[in-house]
Amino acid sequence: MEDTAYRIQGVNGPIVTVTGGRGLAKMSLVRVGRQRLPGEVVSVQGGTGVVQVYEDTAGLTAGEPVYPTGLPLSVTLGPGMVGVTYDGIARPLKAIEGAAGCFIPRGVDVPGVDMEKVWDVTVDIREGDALKPGQVFARVQETGAVEHRSMVPPNVSGRAVEVKPSGRYTAADVICQVEDARGRRTPLTMCQVWPVRTPRPSKNRLPITKPLFTGQRVLDTLFPVGKGGCAAIPGPFGAGKTMVQHQLAKWCDADIIVYLGCGERGNEMTQVLDEFAELKDPRNGKPLLQRTILIANTSNMPVAAREASIYTGMTIAEYFRDMGYHVALMADSTSRWAEALREISGRLEEMPAEESFPAYLPSRLASFYERAGYMETLSGGEGSVTVIGAVSPQGGDFSEPVTQNTKRFVRTFWALDRSLAYARHFPAINWNGSYSEYFQDCHDWYEENFGQGFTTLRERIMGLLNEETALQEIVKLIGQDVLPDDQRLTLMTARIVREGFLQQNAFHPTDTYMPAKQQMGMLVVIMHLYDQARELVSLAVPVSQLEATGIFADLARMKFGLGEGKTREDYMALVDSAVDAVRKANV
Amino acid sequence: MIRIEYTGLSEINGSLVALEGVSGVGYDELAELSMPGGEKRLGRVVLIDGDRVVLQVFEGTDGISMDSVSTYFTGSPITLPLSGELLGRIFTGAGVPMDGLGPVYPTLRRDINGSAINPVSRMYPRSCIMTGISAIDGMMTLIRGQKLPIFSGDGLPHNELAAQIVRQAKVAGAEGQFAIVFCAMGVKNDTASFFMKDFRETGALGRCVMYINMASDPIIERILAPRCALTAAEYLAFDLGYHVLVVMTDMTSYCEATREVSSSKGEIPSRKGFPSYMYSDLASLYERAGMIHGKTGSVTQVPILTMPSDDITHPIPDLTGYITEGQIVLGRDLNQKGVYPPVSVLPSLSRLMKDGTGEGFTRADHQDLSNQLFASYSAVQDARSLASVIGEDELSATDKLYLAFGKAFEQEFLGQGQREDRTLDETLDRGWRLLSMLPRTELSRVSDKLLDQHYTGKDK
Repeated sequence: MEDTAYRIQGVNGPIVTVTGGRGLAKMSLVRVGRQRLPGEVVSVQGGTGVVQVYEDTAGLTAGEPVYPTGLPLSVTLGPGMVGVTYDGIARPLKAIEGAAGCFIPRGVDVPGVDMEKVWDVTVDIREGDALKPGQVFARVQETGAVEHRSMVPPNVSGRAVEVKPSGRYTAADVICQVEDARGRRTPLTMCQVWPVRTPRPSKNRLPITKPLFTGQRVLDTLFPVGKGGCAAIPGPFGAGKTMVQHQLAKWCDADIIVYLGCGERGNEMTQVLDEFAELKDPRNGKPLLQRTILIANTSNMPVAAREASIYTGMTIAEYFRDMGYHVALMADSTSRWAEALREISGRLEEMPAEESFPAYLPSRLASFYERAGYMETLSGGEGSVTVIGAVSPQGGDFSEPVTQNTKRFVRTFWALDRSLAYARHFPAINWNGSYSEYFQDCHDWYEENFGQGFTTLRERIMGLLNEETALQEIVKLIGQDVLPDDQRLTLMTARIVREGFLQQNAFHPTDTYMPAKQQMGMLVVIMHLYDQARELVSLAVPVSQLEATGIFADLARMKFGLGEGKTREDYMALVDSAVDAVRKANV
Repeated sequence: MIRIEYTGLSEINGSLVALEGVSGVGYDELAELSMPGGEKRLGRVVLIDGDRVVLQVFEGTDGISMDSVSTYFTGSPITLPLSGELLGRIFTGAGVPMDGLGPVYPTLRRDINGSAINPVSRMYPRSCIMTGISAIDGMMTLIRGQKLPIFSGDGLPHNELAAQIVRQAKVAGAEGQFAIVFCAMGVKNDTASFFMKDFRETGALGRCVMYINMASDPIIERILAPRCALTAAEYLAFDLGYHVLVVMTDMTSYCEATREVSSSKGEIPSRKGFPSYMYSDLASLYERAGMIHGKTGSVTQVPILTMPSDDITHPIPDLTGYITEGQIVLGRDLNQKGVYPPVSVLPSLSRLMKDGTGEGFTRADHQDLSNQLFASYSAVQDARSLASVIGEDELSATDKLYLAFGKAFEQEFLGQGQREDRTLDETLDRGWRLLSMLPRTELSRVSDKLLDQHYTGKDK
């Protein structure tokens, strides 16, 4: 064991002060104590460094050695990451279980990437090729759904020498050497190490023109998030944040899902693991776990690692983006991360700002969300990272600092609502409080994939829902029966929109995911009924007659019918025949 | 080994004392303080700063003077002696026997802080626990390995409900044995004796371990009590294979004790003066529930907390709700109507219910029925608020049906006797009978097939 002059001076929760020299670099990784617990230097004052330790500090004593590594907190990126569950500092939990059993002990050192597994590697370069940063030089079919593309690290370029042929290699084997202009050689393996707090470089930021399609009606139709954009889901407990995140992780059309369980429940991570191993990706029929990377820092795991976990997740997401994949990063929940920040800040005795969160909360949030984007990669391809962050506001009050500051950096906001959840309206996304700024950017995509006239249709639906909200105020005072027929029709149609369209049952075999064309179909049929019914009402036909035909109830169940093979045309015919019947009766 | 004792203290503040000139002491280590009269107190290292060490004294610092105390550091964190003999015993919050039966002869000792269960080792809980209570079994089913708190208020029958759950809890296909760990934190004497009496009468005492910290006992023991209880529960479950139901009451007292200690340490307070690590701290308790691959036992938690002035957004219920897998909320209005158990259905929820009920687990119609009951009862609230404005007579026919349904639902479905043990079939059939009071077109959450099977209303 190497010598070190650094010693522990004090311990306070996850914060350890270190003395012994002036050589500790800020934000560098150190190993603390005889158990060599990983920690990060968060501040340096004179000869004293302050270290946040990523594991429980019980048992540390003053005077124990501290070993500086001189490197920032980094993750090893390479083949074999997909389908793995990591802790907050990218140690595979399965390997920890193998080393130490079902409870997590301290000081376990396991590699982030399995260095012994042998892969079938296709080498894409030849001796003498000029290599540029980000260029793919070797490929491995990592899972049925994902090909791992090893890239030249961003700071390396030159001529390829000593290139190995395609064959079977481990992640640690050197595939080739890169010789720069001065003749210096850098060996390339399929792995690279990247500091988690530094964004990985890309060539250009491209405009967002496509939404992340999710198969969730309320999201796709009303409040889409762009591919490469950011969305926030705030909501009180029990409103279904985690359910929305799970649904997105299951059905969204990203190539890679990074699911970050940050300070949440252990059983939820287990559920994701179990479910995703069984569920099949609707696009390629492969188990969803084959495109998913999980990062689990459950609420009882060390708090400092929770702070680091979102950067770990983001770095992994960016790595796959650089390979040319579209990645969706689900962070559940960013509030727990902010609270970890607050807890550490409190221990450091920093001056607290709003609600005792540190004053740098907004800038940290911004630097996280700004790492999302639709990029032109260094090798000239396209890739994106979409971030969907859950926020757990205290008491469900959206005016608290984490929600408010998050709102400033995201362009899609899905406000979950306690009263909708109480009424078991799921997803409990309140259409009055939510918004999406991406819709205009994706206009062309929608006209092409949903169908001509979708934009107008969407505006009408939004208008209908707004009108309903206003009418409900009156209904609360005088009851529905007193309203004139045209307003009752608005209420009845809005009810179909709410119960038949916006509500979506995540546990129903077909309703859990709906393709774009069917979503469009539902809207067309509902608005067709509305238009036909308005005509009847204008002829003084009581709307109750139309209601008696049962057509409204039929449309409320249309989502199930479409799942069972009925078509838009069937329902259009149903509407027409109901309307005709009423019209004939009144001639 | 030489036994080193440090004489004297440099500071006494609240329950904290500081010593100087100390070396080789570990963070979180247990210390023993000897008073001049021979009395011994225990303390825990909460801060190390060079050769200065701050201790938290469990029994409080009253009567301690700066120079008369000598301190011995035990070299390890607080451990709890564990053995199969725990069952039937009663301990203080710090794990010291208080039933006069002498010390426990341990097969092993464990750190009461426990370690986190590796998320990949967890087994997702799927088998339900039948409590014989319609509101819970039907609409917020308790699952083995779940943490499902009762959010209550002062004067509401949460103790009766918890006792009824303990009395009637049945595990479908119960392989392994059933044990109860009861943890009282800052409770009234009456509450503790209520539970003891109830456990004794039903013969549950022999399979029960109790950790009791009364309202008048030292607050530091209140912080230890749940940790001792959960360490015992984990031992019983994962070493001995019991299915353990942990009842913890009252989490509000626990959180207030944490706040008291935090403020005496001079920490920066967060919302309502609770420390900023309250979430992590509660999580370190609640997350000690679950099941593990390859182990037969399970730890199920039913913590009870009283919401200060019935406010569900107060930090204690709020933080709890973010960690636990649902909540059973008790309502004062129902209690005043004489409904027992007064379960306020709409804010209540069991997150694990979806995976442990329905086809293959309970009954195929269970989940849809429960969804429909929630939705219909939610509509009852709208009808009621309308009725309070325009009067019942002016309501539409449908709204009147909703009012009748609401009343019947509260009386016949929610309401049941404290000794009444309903089977799941009885609960679900009751639910269908009540739903049949409503027009069929109002039941949009259930498929036509289920309605054909179960709906018995007029327009069948």
